[in-house]
Amino acid sequence: MEAVLAGINVMVSEDGYLTDFSQWNKEVGTEIAKNEGIKMTDRHWEVIAWIQEQVKAEKPLSIRGIKKSGVLDIKEFYKLFPGGPLKVSTKIAGVHKPKSCI
Amino acid sequence: MSNSKVKKMLFILSKATIENVYAAFVMANGARMEGIEAEIFFTFFGLEAIQKKKLEHLHVATVGNPAMHMPTMLGGLPGMEAFATMMMKKEMEKLDMPPIGEFIEILADSGVKLWACKLAIDMFHLKEEDLVEDLDGILTIGDFYNRADQEGTHLLFI
Repeated sequence: MEAVLAGINVMVSEDGYLTDFSQWNKEVGTEIAKNEGIKMTDRHWEVIAWIQEQVKAEKPLSIRGIKKSGVLDIKEFYKLFPGGPLKVSTKIAGVHKPKSCI
Repeated sequence: MSNSKVKKMLFILSKATIENVYAAFVMANGARMEGIEAEIFFTFFGLEAIQKKKLEHLHVATVGNPAMHMPTMLGGLPGMEAFATMMMKKEMEKLDMPPIGEFIEILADSGVKLWACKLAIDMFHLKEEDLVEDLDGILTIGDFYNRADQEGTHLLFI
C-alpha cells in the first residue's frame, strides 16, 4: 500500500516496511524511526548502514549474527532500538522484515 | 515499543532434553525480539541447562519419544542417544541455532532474566558456582510468582 513518509510517496507492506528500497533515504528512515519513538544518532546510522550492507549481500539477519558482527553487541542493539531491535532497525533501514526466529 | 497485549512471558523449564531446552530458549529470545519481556525459571532437570559442566552435554530423548519413529528397545541401545543428539545438533547448526552455552549468553545480553529454583538447587545439592555466570539469582516459587504479578503476563511450563 501507499504511504507518505517525509513528504515522499512510498510503497509499504501492511506492517509498515518499505517494499522498494530505492524509495529509501535518510529522511524516510528518520521519519520511520520517529514513528517508532527513536531519535536517530550517528551510532544508529552506523548500524543501519551495516544492516543495509548485510541485506544487499543477501546475508540473513539474526540476533546471533549481531553477536558475531563485530559492529555492535546485543546489549547495545537492544539499547539503540528498544522494543524488538531486529524488527525496528530493519524497518528504519528500509529493508524487508527478517524472517529469522533466532 | 511493542503494542502486543502480551507484555511478559515467564517460562518454567523443568526438563533437560535438548528439544525442551531449545523450545524455552527460542521462545524467550523470540519474545525479546518482539519487545516482550522474558524470564526463565530453571527447576528440577531444567537446571542441567544452566550447570556449567552439563549444559553442553544435553541429549535428545530416544526412549519413550514416539516422534523418534524407532522401536523403544532400539532407542535404549548404547550410543543411540548420543547419535540422535549429534544428528540433531548438526541440523540445528545448519539453521544457525547457537549451542546452549552461547544461547545463554545471547539470552542474558537480550535482557532475559534467568532464575534457578531454590528447592531444586537444594535437592540436587548444587552451589551457585556450579551454575552459569549469567544467572540472575536463586528464587523460591513464591518469588517467581511475584514477578508474574502484572497485567499481560503469561506463564508457560515446559
